[in-house]
Amino acid sequence: MNRRRFIAGMTAAGLTGTASAFSFFGLFGDDEPTAVELYPRRPLKASRRAFSVDESPTDEADAIGYTNFYEFGTEKGDAQRYGERFKPEPWRLTIDGECERPGDYTLEDILKPHPLEERIYRLRCVETWSMVIPWVGFPLADLLKRFAPTSRAKYVAFETLYDPEQMPGQRRAVVEWPYREGLRMDEAMHPLTLIAVGMYGETLPVQNGAPLRLVVPWKYGFKSIKSIVRIHFSEKLPVTTWNQLQPDEYGFYANVNPAVDHPRWSQARERPVGGWRRRDTLPFNGYAEEVAHLYHGMDLAKYF
Amino acid sequence: MKPLVFAAGMMPLSLLFWRAFNDTLGANPVESLIHETGLWALRLLLLTLAMTPLRRITGWPGWIRLRRMLGLYCFFYAVLHLTVYLWLDQELRLSAIIEDVIKRPYITVGAATFLMLTPLAATSFNRAIRWLGGKRWKQLHRLVYLCGLGAVIHYLWLVKADLAPPLMYLMILLGLLAFRIPPSLLRRLRGYSTGKLETKHERYQT
Repeated sequence: MNRRRFIAGMTAAGLTGTASAFSFFGLFGDDEPTAVELYPRRPLKASRRAFSVDESPTDEADAIGYTNFYEFGTEKGDAQRYGERFKPEPWRLTIDGECERPGDYTLEDILKPHPLEERIYRLRCVETWSMVIPWVGFPLADLLKRFAPTSRAKYVAFETLYDPEQMPGQRRAVVEWPYREGLRMDEAMHPLTLIAVGMYGETLPVQNGAPLRLVVPWKYGFKSIKSIVRIHFSEKLPVTTWNQLQPDEYGFYANVNPAVDHPRWSQARERPVGGWRRRDTLPFNGYAEEVAHLYHGMDLAKYF
Repeated sequence: MKPLVFAAGMMPLSLLFWRAFNDTLGANPVESLIHETGLWALRLLLLTLAMTPLRRITGWPGWIRLRRMLGLYCFFYAVLHLTVYLWLDQELRLSAIIEDVIKRPYITVGAATFLMLTPLAATSFNRAIRWLGGKRWKQLHRLVYLCGLGAVIHYLWLVKADLAPPLMYLMILLGLLAFRIPPSLLRRLRGYSTGKLETKHERYQT
C-alpha cells in the first residue's frame, strides 16, 4: 500500500496508459514471482512459541519467491522457475565424523523425537535486504546431542544435496558443489540455532530449503544452509562455500555486523523486503544480548 | 523511423511505472528499479554503438540519424539509474554516498562512467557540433568507447558469483569496438596474414 502511494506521488499518470499497452510483451523483466507451490505443503503443529521478535512477518509470497538458492540458478526467482523436479521426500541424512552414533538416517528418524516450535526470527542477507520469518522447527542442539559428539568435535559442518537432476543450477560450477556451511560447536549448541522444517505454519517450500534447513538468525543468511543431507562433526574448521569462493568478502563467522562492511557495499543499513525504506542494521542482527558473549575478546573486524 | 524509436525508448520506463503501480516490481522494488534502469542504460549504449556497424553492413545511412536519440536515451536511463541509487537506495545520505564512491571500485567506475557520458549528452545538438568543430566533436565523442567499458566493468564488479550476464554484454561490446579498429591498422593486419598465406601457397606450387 505504502509503495503505491509513494509511486503515485512521484509519477505522471499518462505514462501508465502507454505502459499497459506494452506490458503484454513481457520483454522488460519478469513480473513478481508469486509463490508457486512446487511440492504440496502440509500444515504443521507447533507446540509453543519461543524467542520471537515483535515484528510483523514478511509477506509470505515475497519470502518464498525472493530467495537466493544457487542450486536452482543465480537469479532470485530461479528456485521456483526450475525447482519442479525437486523431491523433498523420501529424504535421508548422513551423520558422521567425531560422534558416537554416526549413521544414515531417514528424515522421519531425524524428526520424530522433536516437538516443533514456532519462532519469528529476523533474517538479514549479506546483500543488505532483510525479512522477518515465522519458522517452525526445533533447536539444533537437541538434534546434535542425540549423536553424542565426542570431545574432539569442535565444529559442525553441513552439506546441501548435490543432484543436478533435481537441482539444475548445479550443472554450472558457479560455486563448488555441494554447498557447504559450518558452525563452531558453541554456536551450533546455542538455543537460538534452529533446524527448521517449516515456515508460516506449513512445511518448508522447495524454494526455502525443504525438507529441512538451518536457521542462524544472528548470522548473514548464507550461513543458514538449505536442504541438508549431511551433518559432520569435525575437529578442524570446515570449508564453507562462500568463504572458499571469496575469502576476503565472506568470512567463516559471517555475524551480522553494521560496523564491518562487505568490501563492495556497506552493511550499516538494510532494506526490509516488500518495502522502499532502509533501516539501521543491528549488531548480531538484534540478537547481541543472546550471542555476543560467544565472541568475547575476538576482533570482529578480523573474524568477520 | 524516428518516432518509432522514440516510443520504443520510453517503453522500459513506462513498464517500470506500470509495475510500480501494480505492485509487481517484486519483493525488493528498489533493487528492481536500480537493476532495470542500469541494464537499459547499458543496452542503449550498445545499441548506439551498433549504428555505425549497421550502416556499414546494410549500406543504409538512416541508422546514423537514430544514433543521437539512442545515445540520449542511454544517458536518460543512466540519469534514472543514478537518481534511484542516490534517492531510493542511499536515501540521499551524503556521507554514505561519498564513502561508496571512494571506497567501492564498482561505484567509482560507475560514477566516472556517468561523468564521461554527461559531456556527450550535453554536446549532442547541432549547434554544439558547429561550435566545437566536427573534428573536435568527433574526438570528444570517442569517449563513448570508454563509457562502454566503464559500464561493463561497473556491472562485472558488482556481481557476487555468476559472471555470465555481464560477460555476455562485454562480448557484445568488444564485438562492436572491433568495428572501430582503424582501417590502417586493419589493413596492416590483413596484409600480414594474406602475405603469409600467399607464401605458403607459392611453396605448394613449386
